[in-house]
Amino acid sequence: MSGDVMCDEKGFCVQREGERCVIDATGVYYRQLNERIRAALEHGVTDIEVVQVRGQRYIATAVEGDVRFTVRGVPGQDLGAFMRGPTIHVHGNAQDGVGNTMDGGRIVIHGMAGDVLGYAMRDGRILVRGDVGYRVGIHMKAYMDRVPVIVVGGKAGDFLGEYMAGGAIILLGMRSGMADAPITGRNLGTGMHGGVIYLRGRVPEYQLGPGLSMEPVDEADLEFLRGHIADFAAEFAGEFGAGAGTGGSGTEGQAAPADAEALAAAILSEPFVKIRPFSHRPYGNMYVGTN
Amino acid sequence: MQAPRDFWHFDKDISGCGVFGVIDRARRLIPGSEPIAAMCTMHDRGNGLGGGFAAYGIYPDRADWYAFHLMCDDRDALERAEGVIKQFHDIRHSEPIPTRKVASVKNPPVVWRYFVTPKANRPAWATGDEADYMVGTVMHINTKVPGVFVFSSGKDMGAFKGVGFPEDIADFFRLDEYHAHMWTGHNRFPTNTPGWWGGAHPFTLLDWAIVHNGEISSYGINKRYLCQHGYECTLMTDTEVVAYLIDLLIRKHGLTKREASWVFAPPFWDEVDRMPEAEREAFKALRMVYGPALLNGPFAILVTDSHGMMGLNDRVKLRPLVVAEKGDRVFMSSEESSIREVCRDLDRVWAPKAGQPVIIDYLPQEGAA
Repeated sequence: MSGDVMCDEKGFCVQREGERCVIDATGVYYRQLNERIRAALEHGVTDIEVVQVRGQRYIATAVEGDVRFTVRGVPGQDLGAFMRGPTIHVHGNAQDGVGNTMDGGRIVIHGMAGDVLGYAMRDGRILVRGDVGYRVGIHMKAYMDRVPVIVVGGKAGDFLGEYMAGGAIILLGMRSGMADAPITGRNLGTGMHGGVIYLRGRVPEYQLGPGLSMEPVDEADLEFLRGHIADFAAEFAGEFGAGAGTGGSGTEGQAAPADAEALAAAILSEPFVKIRPFSHRPYGNMYVGTN
Repeated sequence: MQAPRDFWHFDKDISGCGVFGVIDRARRLIPGSEPIAAMCTMHDRGNGLGGGFAAYGIYPDRADWYAFHLMCDDRDALERAEGVIKQFHDIRHSEPIPTRKVASVKNPPVVWRYFVTPKANRPAWATGDEADYMVGTVMHINTKVPGVFVFSSGKDMGAFKGVGFPEDIADFFRLDEYHAHMWTGHNRFPTNTPGWWGGAHPFTLLDWAIVHNGEISSYGINKRYLCQHGYECTLMTDTEVVAYLIDLLIRKHGLTKREASWVFAPPFWDEVDRMPEAEREAFKALRMVYGPALLNGPFAILVTDSHGMMGLNDRVKLRPLVVAEKGDRVFMSSEESSIREVCRDLDRVWAPKAGQPVIIDYLPQEGAA
């Protein structure tokens, strides 16, 4: 099928192949890049590949519907913020604020990611192959069947799941560039009053914020974990071993199976713990005794 | 500030300062175009009220002389400063800092550089430490000579800064014509203090240069502490204290960069409580002696001197910092994208832990003792 040329009112044109188009971000300012993406979406394109991305902010922010993005390079802050529906694959590392207040959809990062990933996320999935930064999953929330989930293959910094109100964070700590670092840092789940954090392995009690419990997982937890880990393994099978992937993200660790089922089994071969608040309203009496 | 009536059209610039640094450990030269391109990638981290660069190895033919960069309100102020410099130093070479006219750089000061050595027959009370004598001159000019600031005073290095985006300031100072084996760059988004020429980064003293993203909330106590040790803050911006503290801790008191980072971003008391006794006592002592030098508030700083570069975050990592390696080159930046802009293929990329410094020194030079 031969491509047709698609132009917006400002005279910018991209080559289009049916439902698909490729946008070269080299030297393009973030506003223009996002205008081009919007123009392509308005023309009915549903599969957008953005190449040579270096720091452009707000890619796929607030985009709704069944759209697929492939991002090559290092996208800038707030990738997929407020979005509802799209799937984004990042081939490279992501920076800060991925999935900020995301309302649904799926972000898969074939590399590592920065700070405040999944901030106040309300629904959808974020899967990260490698390490993530500080304050990941803070203020996540859930409502009825809308349950956001973050799965991280590497390690996380301090304040993981701080103020968390719902949803789940699954931290594997396996594919990390930080050999000497603990799986996650201090103030884990501080202020958490809902949702759950699953860790592969465990952490010393002093890393936990107040009012939290750390317990072995039960059968219901395992069923939940098996589903999300199968999903994670399907995305990263073949690029989860030491030295695999886009390179430059720093790798360590054991060789991992290239087959999704075997990788999922390897991930599940170690025990998990779950971290939850002791009660439904641990801070209910903090300022005024109302209950 | 009141929101405009059509507030839904209101454009809010979401910003934070941006820092970038690159060092070639084998002292191969890096053209100015690289740090400039990297800073351009982080254009939106600033708002045009401050940009600057520090460059090391740019004056190889005058490497034994201290290079004073001066910004002056007018020629009269420059005259006054030159009088003071002549009184205490021998001027080996003197010239305007080369600039070009840039539309976006408004009302620049007169910028001049002097290459100087301290007078051999300086007074007996001042013959002791040459570096102290140089610091004394900088402090004297900055506090006592109206309309003049010394914004760079090291050997074989220089700071270039002003009001504008970093790419505008680089254009103004013609930094594309320089080559250095280490560069840092800064894009400023002033929050609490004025956006003026002296308040742009880097902040320097001798061959120290600091670029900083964040806020030093402990500025008041740091400033008073420095005042007791002969350093006077005149540039109306928090980061100035970091340059003087690092000179005090490392050059004057003999701490290592690692130890200085423990002063700036000490471990939390609960972490100290879990340490073995000897370590615990050492950290308590460090905190007791250097409490007023602790940097409170969010920061990601790059500290450079003639030995290399150090990157450091505050202890709860309230500002981003990414480090990358490619052969002998090491990059430190607020955003990985800026590093990829100038080096697509990297050997290793990582985000250092809060309060954990990344210290990169030059490789030993062949033939050096």
